[in-house]
Amino acid sequence: MSSPLASSSNLDGSDDTSPQQKQSKKPKYSRFTQQELPACKPLLTPGIVIGIFALVAVLFIPIGLVSLSASESVVEVIDRYDADCVPNNMHGKELDFIQNSSTNKTCTRRIIIPKTMKSPVHIYYELDNFYQNHRRYVKSRSDKQLLQPSKEAETKICAPEGNTPDGKPIVPCGLIAWSLFNDTYQFSINSGSIQVNKKNIAWASDRSHKFSKDVYPKNFQKGALIGGGKLNESIPLSEQEDLIVWMRTAALPTFRKLYGRIEKDLNANEEITVVIENNYNTYSFGGKKKLVLSTATWIGGKNNFLGVAYLTVGGLCLSLVLAFIVLYLFKPRTLGDPSYLSWNRNPSASTN
Amino acid sequence: MKRFVYINDDSYQDLYCDNHISNTKYTLLNFLPKNLWEQFSRFMNQYFLLIACLQLWSLITPVNPASTWGPLIFIFAVSATKEAWDDYNRYVSDRQANCKAVWVVKNGVRRNIQAQEIRVGNIVWLRENEEVPCDLVVIGTSDPQGICYVETTALDGETDLKTRVVPLSCVGLDSEQLCKIKGVIECPNPDKDIRRFDANMRLFPPFIDNDTCPLSINNTLLQSCYLRNTEWACGVAVYTGNETKLGMSRGIPEPKLTAVDAMIDKLTGAIFLFQISIVIVLGFAGNIWKDTESRKQWYVAYADEDPWYEFIIIPLRFELLCSIMIPISIKVSLDFVKSLYAKFIDWDEEMFDQETNTPSHAANTAISEDLGQVEYILTDKTGTLTENKMIFRKCCINGTYYGSESGDALKDTQLLNAVTGNESPVIRFLLIMTLCNTVIPVQSKTGDITYKSQSQDEDALVNAAACLHMVLVSKNGSTVGIIYNGQRMLYEVLDILEFTSDRKRMSVVVKDCQTGSILLLTKGADESVFPCSYRGQQIRVYVDAVEQYAQLGLRTLCLAWRELREDEYSKWSKLFKEANSSLIDREWKVADVCQRLEHDLEILGVTAIEDRLQSGVPETIEMLRRSGINFWMLTGDKQSTAIQIALLCNFISSEPKGQLLHINGNTEDEVGRSLERVLLTMKITSSEPKDLAFVVDGWALEIILTHYKEAFTELAVVSRTAICCRVTPSQKAQLVQLLKSCDYRTLAIGDGGNDVRMIQQADIGVGISGREGLQAARAADYSIGKFRFLKRLILVHGRYSYNRTAFLSQYSFYKSLMICFIQILFSFLSGIAGTSLFNSVSLMAYNVFYTSIPVLTSVLDKDLSEKTVMQNPQILIYCQAGRLLNPSTFAGWFGRSLYHALVVFLITIHAYANEKSEMEELSMVALSGAIWLQAFVVTLEFNSFTFVQVLAIWGNFFAFYAINFIISSIPSAGMYTIMFRLSRDPAYWITMFLITGVGMGPILALKYFRYTYHPSAINMLQKAERSRGPIYSLANLESQLRPVEKDVAQFVSNTPKMRNPVYEPLLSDSPSGTRRSSLPSAFDIFQSAQSRLSLSHARNIKDN
Repeated sequence: MSSPLASSSNLDGSDDTSPQQKQSKKPKYSRFTQQELPACKPLLTPGIVIGIFALVAVLFIPIGLVSLSASESVVEVIDRYDADCVPNNMHGKELDFIQNSSTNKTCTRRIIIPKTMKSPVHIYYELDNFYQNHRRYVKSRSDKQLLQPSKEAETKICAPEGNTPDGKPIVPCGLIAWSLFNDTYQFSINSGSIQVNKKNIAWASDRSHKFSKDVYPKNFQKGALIGGGKLNESIPLSEQEDLIVWMRTAALPTFRKLYGRIEKDLNANEEITVVIENNYNTYSFGGKKKLVLSTATWIGGKNNFLGVAYLTVGGLCLSLVLAFIVLYLFKPRTLGDPSYLSWNRNPSASTN
Repeated sequence: MKRFVYINDDSYQDLYCDNHISNTKYTLLNFLPKNLWEQFSRFMNQYFLLIACLQLWSLITPVNPASTWGPLIFIFAVSATKEAWDDYNRYVSDRQANCKAVWVVKNGVRRNIQAQEIRVGNIVWLRENEEVPCDLVVIGTSDPQGICYVETTALDGETDLKTRVVPLSCVGLDSEQLCKIKGVIECPNPDKDIRRFDANMRLFPPFIDNDTCPLSINNTLLQSCYLRNTEWACGVAVYTGNETKLGMSRGIPEPKLTAVDAMIDKLTGAIFLFQISIVIVLGFAGNIWKDTESRKQWYVAYADEDPWYEFIIIPLRFELLCSIMIPISIKVSLDFVKSLYAKFIDWDEEMFDQETNTPSHAANTAISEDLGQVEYILTDKTGTLTENKMIFRKCCINGTYYGSESGDALKDTQLLNAVTGNESPVIRFLLIMTLCNTVIPVQSKTGDITYKSQSQDEDALVNAAACLHMVLVSKNGSTVGIIYNGQRMLYEVLDILEFTSDRKRMSVVVKDCQTGSILLLTKGADESVFPCSYRGQQIRVYVDAVEQYAQLGLRTLCLAWRELREDEYSKWSKLFKEANSSLIDREWKVADVCQRLEHDLEILGVTAIEDRLQSGVPETIEMLRRSGINFWMLTGDKQSTAIQIALLCNFISSEPKGQLLHINGNTEDEVGRSLERVLLTMKITSSEPKDLAFVVDGWALEIILTHYKEAFTELAVVSRTAICCRVTPSQKAQLVQLLKSCDYRTLAIGDGGNDVRMIQQADIGVGISGREGLQAARAADYSIGKFRFLKRLILVHGRYSYNRTAFLSQYSFYKSLMICFIQILFSFLSGIAGTSLFNSVSLMAYNVFYTSIPVLTSVLDKDLSEKTVMQNPQILIYCQAGRLLNPSTFAGWFGRSLYHALVVFLITIHAYANEKSEMEELSMVALSGAIWLQAFVVTLEFNSFTFVQVLAIWGNFFAFYAINFIISSIPSAGMYTIMFRLSRDPAYWITMFLITGVGMGPILALKYFRYTYHPSAINMLQKAERSRGPIYSLANLESQLRPVEKDVAQFVSNTPKMRNPVYEPLLSDSPSGTRRSSLPSAFDIFQSAQSRLSLSHARNIKDN
């Protein structure tokens, strides 16, 4: 449009491309703009697919075996005590039993060690049907309050366990801390007591960065409703390891939490006496309480799931490989035969 | 209704707005509210805003509100910035126009002011090559005759110069007088019709008496035009600012929505309903659970007394948990890839037209997917299929055919002899060719004469006449100079009876300055000129000539003349002037008056002008037809020419393969019966492998569209090909509308102003930046240089865009659904209280980052190479029928998301049970599992991997770990040390492998099984192209055949068909009828496919 003459036609009617408009608007070439980047285009050929599945089978079966054997090597003793630790006369009235502070809640259990348990033996308590992941529960904590003494009043999100009825902030506030698990276990063997190490049961990172050395429990369990355990107000939160463990909320309604460690081998067929203070109320919602003694390996505690799953997947892959090979041998398909294309087929044949 | 403009009178100026142009949408003050309002008028945005607001209620929000507000604000900011930037650019260009200095007469003195200060009634002075600042009525020019030239490219895209004249009463005023002129112009209120200006002007004394002088568009200088070849001109401002013709016609065209977008919206709606039902069910269950179970759970400490709103808390929590089902990222991702698709079109070297130096351009960046789903292409003929490069080829003068043997009348010695022999019919014939037009000769300094014309036909005629020694040399006002055989002749043009598409002819009344006789010279379409011939003239020979030329695909014009008596002319002239100055129905009145003069003409002869087919047109049409696209040709040309062109470019097949069905008739009944018959034939023969096409002309079409719309719709559905000739622009648009109403995707392609309406109406408008100006290309969504680029536009760009968007959109839903399902599954293990398994940061990052970046590289994914697609255009059916994005494919993705959610969740909770079931860890394990699956799903679904894709997929994968390691090292973060703990745990990695294996194994196996034993055509072609299968030999064979075919076609077009001047049934015995059958049988595979496709119309194909 810059020059009207450039677009005119001359006498013989042909278009003249005058030199002054030779500034080409041709797009610049690059492999990207022309969508011509070199590309790898893998095909799902029988070879590749069978190869992949065979590889998976070959990898998964050994891993499964190793995991399973690791899990099997773990020795685990589980003792459910919530029902048995209620005196016979109180059956049917478990709630009254547990809520009455004057009843004797001590209970003695005997555990036989089935196989030698190498030190350290982990002591867990297992709760069942306990929803630590409940929306109302899981949010009811104030991380700031736990970390900084100056923020002890930040208890808004802790409701209904934020403040005492007379308005003082509770430290640690919230439902989680309030419902602290407070059963205790004492172990003895052949009338000699076993030392339970309760140090370092919480994550080191929690002790150093989530719970402060300078924050002490305050106004805790002083309200009208008593939840779970109480805390020694002279010990800073960073050393209240039971609390720290408890406040690592579980994601599932059945969970185990570390109670302590026995740093001594337990021999097979040894009988261990456990004296349990059965304080914690799971009776109102029908939750089970279990005491678990377990060793650990590289894969963690006893959990056959991974091993079994690996073996199953490996096995399935193997059978798929066989099935594909059989299919391939009996119904081979020519690669990319255009005669299969619908529009290349005979029209009369395709209408049938 | 009317506006009175008082020339040069300051007291009346404030009635109308000043010349301040404003194209901006916003002002600084209203930008934010207006833009927000606009953005929030979309459903998706309202939804996101609602969710974000709900999240502010901390009681119900499962995550930090920032996780929604962040992305939301980002998205809004991006589109607001884009809008603001566009608006700013508009503002800048407005300001440039507004502040331009112009000369305006104020108080009788010329003063330099800013363009925005011009008022209606001001007299504006322009110099050569200046832009017209507002709509003016010319009152004076440097030319003594009162003529000036303007270039109207910016207005209508036509690149030729147009003549504008000073109204009669102002002719001859000098610039002194012009400064003092007073008067009144009576003109209509502002409208957008740039072809009409029906006004009057009356000058006040002392300038001439109170005579009203008619004004037309020829007396105006419209805003944005340029003054050319004229030293100066001045005019009265009549419309200013945004009320100019340009300002009024500026409108925001309705945004087009692609079929894919509509489908995505539909799916979004479905998901929304699904989400609501989940929320209701889970909310209900949650409340029941709360009342039965949670009351017993003392540690949750529900109060005995609930607040009144307690019952909606859990449903609302679930609403928020499920809100990510509709991914906030999908809009951004789609916008991004769509603009890239458009860029790829702009960048495409193969769609660059070397000849005219025009690259392809996607003006509308949002509708590329629709290109792949086109079902009907409605194409213009002239300039679109043909080159619109007119060359005078043959003529028939006084019953003698010229140029028949050589194919070029200009080299026909017989004609040359006739010219030198001064044979009077031939001379008159040439005289009409030279005079009866609006061509402007421009003499350059070297003495060469070039012509500027609005019509290519006129240009061809004048040039041809020049070759035959009748040279148009000058046009000074109404005086035309001609040099004939070295002898100069002068003619005075008294009146021009203009060409309109209704009249289909134009005439000039000239006075021979030598003899003083007055002549009426007419040229026009045969059917509009023949009826005007004098009684008793034998027009048979001309009818035959027209018929014959049309069969060769030539454009014909009939030339006729008559000598007028002096008194007859003067009587008529008065009427003509009256009609021209009427304000109401001027066009109709003028046509009526013209009719009164154009009778008893003597037909002199017929010209035949060749308009060559553009290169590659037949191949393109054949390829696109094979891909299942139906073609309709809509042309203003006559039936026989249209049919001939259609045959030449593979549009229709000749007998016996094809059959043409004519719909004709003059009355309602005739047309109705004809339509019935065609419809019946169409249905009966639909079982035979035959290419059927129907032909209808504008007249019959008008009747059909008013009376038989239903039957015609039925016909439109069953016929793959149609030729509509003699159709008007509005009929073109109506036809598009008709096909659209049957739910077909339509693409309209054209090059001229008469195609604009059709282009705007169609789902996709493609403009060819051609010789008829850029009007069509401006209005279009895509502009290309040549028709043959259409195949690449559709088969390559359209197809890839569709495939990519289909994957991207479904994947976006899949990944959001998956994370949502995990949340829902988790809620069953958390007391149906609406706890979120994932933390806010992870959720946000998952949605807008981890899972969005890799799929964006799907813009580089190619399922088949361009070559393969071009060789097998039938593959387009997958896009056309929407087989890659529909409820059933979506159901597949939905099922996959559910399956993957189950896999991730179940494996995670079993592997991380008991003492490991710590919340943060478990959530991280589940999230990593999801990320692992995403990486493999994307890998499996991509068809080709460039380094960009590999980088995006696996880079993203590692970025996930890097980011989480960083977050894990921040002590205040909730997930402090989590990632370090996990990565040290072998069980974590084992779990990841397990999730991947279980998640991907069945999908891979299924895909392989389908790929091998139940492959789609795409799969087969993939295998073929990658294993260099036998398809290549077939394709090569095909391409070898092509040139032969082309030669034949060329031969056909060049063969003179003089021997049998009688009309022959075109399709039974046309030379192209034999060329199909002579092809080797290998070609038949493709042929039969074509016919098979034609059996069942597109609907049926969709179903199987």
